[in-house]
Amino acid sequence: MIKLKINGQEQSWDGDPDLPLLWFLRDEVGLTGTKFGCGQALCGACTVMVDNDAVRACITSMSDVADRQVTTIEGLHPTGDHPVQKAWRQVNVPQCGYCQAGQIMQAAALLASNPKPSHDEIREAMAGNICRCGCYQRIENAVHLASTGV
Amino acid sequence: MNIMTNSNKLRGFEKAVRVENVSRRTILKGLGLAGGFVLAAPILSRPAFAYETGAGKMPHGVVVDPRVFVSLAPDGTVTILAHRAEMGTGVRTSLPLIVAEEMEADWTRVHVQQAHGDETKFGNQDTDGSRSTRHYLLPMRQIGASARTMLEQAAAKRWNVPVMEVKAVKHEVVHDATGRRLGFGDLAADAAKESVPAIEGLKLKDPKDFRYLGKGEVSIVDLHDITTGAAHYGGDIRLPGMKYAVIARPPVTGGKLVSFDGEAAQKVPGVEKVMEVKGWPWPSKFQPLGGVAVIARNTGAAIKGRDALKIVWDDGTNAKYESVAYRAELEEAARRPGLVVRKEGDVDGALKSADKVVVGEYYLPHLAHVSMEPPVAVANVTGDKAEIWAPVQSPGGTREDVAKTLGIPEENVTVNVTLLGGGFGRKSKCDFALEAALLSKELGTPVKVQWTREDDIQHDFLHTVSVERIEAGLKDGKVIAWRHRSVAPSIASTFAAGTVHQAPFELGMGLIDMPFEIANISCENPEAAAHTRIGWFRSVSNIPRAFAVQSMVAEIAQATGRDPKDMLLEMIGSPRHVDLSSVKDPWNYGEPYSSYPIDTARLRKVVELVAEKGGWGRSLPKGHGLGIAAHRSFVSYIATIVEVAVDEKGKLTVPRVDTAIDCGTYVNPERISSQIEGAAIMGLSLAKYGEITFKDGRVQQKNYDDFPVLRMDESPLITNVYIVPPAADTPPSGVGEPGVPPFAPALINAIFAATGKRIRVLPIGKQLEA
Repeated sequence: MIKLKINGQEQSWDGDPDLPLLWFLRDEVGLTGTKFGCGQALCGACTVMVDNDAVRACITSMSDVADRQVTTIEGLHPTGDHPVQKAWRQVNVPQCGYCQAGQIMQAAALLASNPKPSHDEIREAMAGNICRCGCYQRIENAVHLASTGV
Repeated sequence: MNIMTNSNKLRGFEKAVRVENVSRRTILKGLGLAGGFVLAAPILSRPAFAYETGAGKMPHGVVVDPRVFVSLAPDGTVTILAHRAEMGTGVRTSLPLIVAEEMEADWTRVHVQQAHGDETKFGNQDTDGSRSTRHYLLPMRQIGASARTMLEQAAAKRWNVPVMEVKAVKHEVVHDATGRRLGFGDLAADAAKESVPAIEGLKLKDPKDFRYLGKGEVSIVDLHDITTGAAHYGGDIRLPGMKYAVIARPPVTGGKLVSFDGEAAQKVPGVEKVMEVKGWPWPSKFQPLGGVAVIARNTGAAIKGRDALKIVWDDGTNAKYESVAYRAELEEAARRPGLVVRKEGDVDGALKSADKVVVGEYYLPHLAHVSMEPPVAVANVTGDKAEIWAPVQSPGGTREDVAKTLGIPEENVTVNVTLLGGGFGRKSKCDFALEAALLSKELGTPVKVQWTREDDIQHDFLHTVSVERIEAGLKDGKVIAWRHRSVAPSIASTFAAGTVHQAPFELGMGLIDMPFEIANISCENPEAAAHTRIGWFRSVSNIPRAFAVQSMVAEIAQATGRDPKDMLLEMIGSPRHVDLSSVKDPWNYGEPYSSYPIDTARLRKVVELVAEKGGWGRSLPKGHGLGIAAHRSFVSYIATIVEVAVDEKGKLTVPRVDTAIDCGTYVNPERISSQIEGAAIMGLSLAKYGEITFKDGRVQQKNYDDFPVLRMDESPLITNVYIVPPAADTPPSGVGEPGVPPFAPALINAIFAATGKRIRVLPIGKQLEA
């Protein structure tokens, strides 16, 4: 039996310990904010925080997160008002919106470790998160805005 | 072969013909909807809005009825239906916003509800072809104006005053003379009893009084949900007892299952069943490919189970499809005469008399859509009823196809449209929803079919593969001859076997609608057979055509020592409406030429605007270069300037992009800008990396590592968008797609300016490396 905390709540799993965290979140717990994009840690759509690090839930197995704290987009802020989320809305970042939960989690993790990133640092830190709609200019601006206060 | 007369036609074509021949009102009476207010096409009796669109010729035409689209609750909440699919363009917000504007509704009190797939009720719902605002600006205004008029009539009766003395203003109806006012909610019950006014008498708002339209101050309705993970896409639907499925499909188009061994898959923890899925022969429009499904308690288990399957396939007739050999075939075809689809003057004679002939042959490979959300659908089939939840661009078509596939009446099928995690044309094809329906019927439970990224890339309806060959004859520095041969398998091949020519809607995307003022023109379409499923990809044939035509302009400029922007303007020529009378079917994006001519004045204007704003001719650091390209598509006009920097090792960066768009009358400039910003990213993606190749009939790419798309660290540093203010009453035109076509040629022309290297084969790949 694997025990872990997701958004502060105790969860347990006694199925396949190799099951990717992504499918546990989405299909077993019903937290569908975390998205499936590639299954190979290539696109970042499934980014969540494990303790304080951004990880790709699609290649993180349940055994990897035993006794860890997982934060998903649903748990980032109780009212959705994390500075990154607020900045995202202020800049009107999303088009289709599908990748944005992963982008926001990646950006939140970046700002947690580097509160005032330069534009180059933002572009580098966010390069693992693909947006097929092409919202990059706005994502970059929103991360910058979040880092300077919204 | 003419697609219009073939029995296996494209969706829409059959009905377009039918609707033209049958009185719309007769149909509606038959359905018992005569009490409503429904039209086949917008009636544009007011001179101030004297434009027609092709909306009425789309399947099921247009419905202009406030009772269908608007409801008003006693508490004043206005609910407006969004009947088109949201895939990132903002249409789920912008069409209801138009209704709210005309209705004088306060947007903060408007609730947007997504319509299910029902074209008899809502009119055409195919969210494709950059048509939504183009076809619905006026109908949505009329719907809003109707609702407003009904509210005003109800208030006038309540106060016993003439209706012309009252006026709806921001969610209230006021009587200025007495200062009385009634909220919309107070009038809801009475307004519902009012008859729907005739469209002809509707008074539309003066644009100077608009609160919302044209301002760009309203954010998309899903913004908060998207940023909190609460927005629902196709995969986010969960039903009690729902099973999770993935499918192993034949790796070669037209292949089929011979046998499978599911024993190891069955043993994977969480796997519940392994079963065959019915497949259809190729081509069969959007019908499923068939294969073996693994059913499990969660998607992860299903994927792991599928990895353990042992399957024997019969690869069928496309088993030898190979991209290098196929490109050589296309090139060979492009060097021989083909079906002439536009002819003016005497090209052969003019090329002979030319003092210089510039020849360019341009190649663009297959492209995959790779929307961030791979195809996914949930189905619940019970008895002779089916309910679908899916991210589909064509909910009406999905409903038809589910009904046909299951052999049940269309009325028994409900298609719920979720948000689309990107579409780009892929989700106009509902094969994934049909798979879910088939599995749910078989299992007797709700089923979710999830495509993996590998499935998405390997079983896409790919963008075609093409060779565009242009010969331009010059005399005394002027272009006197233009021969353009375009060879590519047609989207029609996905509907009808044996298709070797492009359909009119493909020929009309940058080939026969070429806008240059040249005396001798021949546009030709040599034959090309398809060996995989070809489909619409954002901006479709405009991508290879604009790449070729706009590269050729710069090549001619180089050959004549001219500035590329000046050459482009010279070739566009005098301000005029291009005469396409020599073309049998000019298509024109389905729009009447009277409302939407090829207006070279507008094309010139976007070139001049982007040149001015984008600083054409400005001095640049060493290794930098500017390129320009312009293209009309989806009846909009766009010009783009790209600045590139190429270092000694051939590393390409894009410091700046400037784009000017003239899309006529518009609704939300902020979303236009986001579409054009995104189009630059998609254009740079396909130019740098976009390539799907085949070997032994199989797609060679699997995921974002071998089919890369642009990432943030290589995206343009600055993208500027300039929207041409529309002249009064200019009809609205497309926005979602037109940004893509000019990007690649502007980029390639910039690379030439920076390095002297002319790229004619995309993607760029390693061509810039020394």
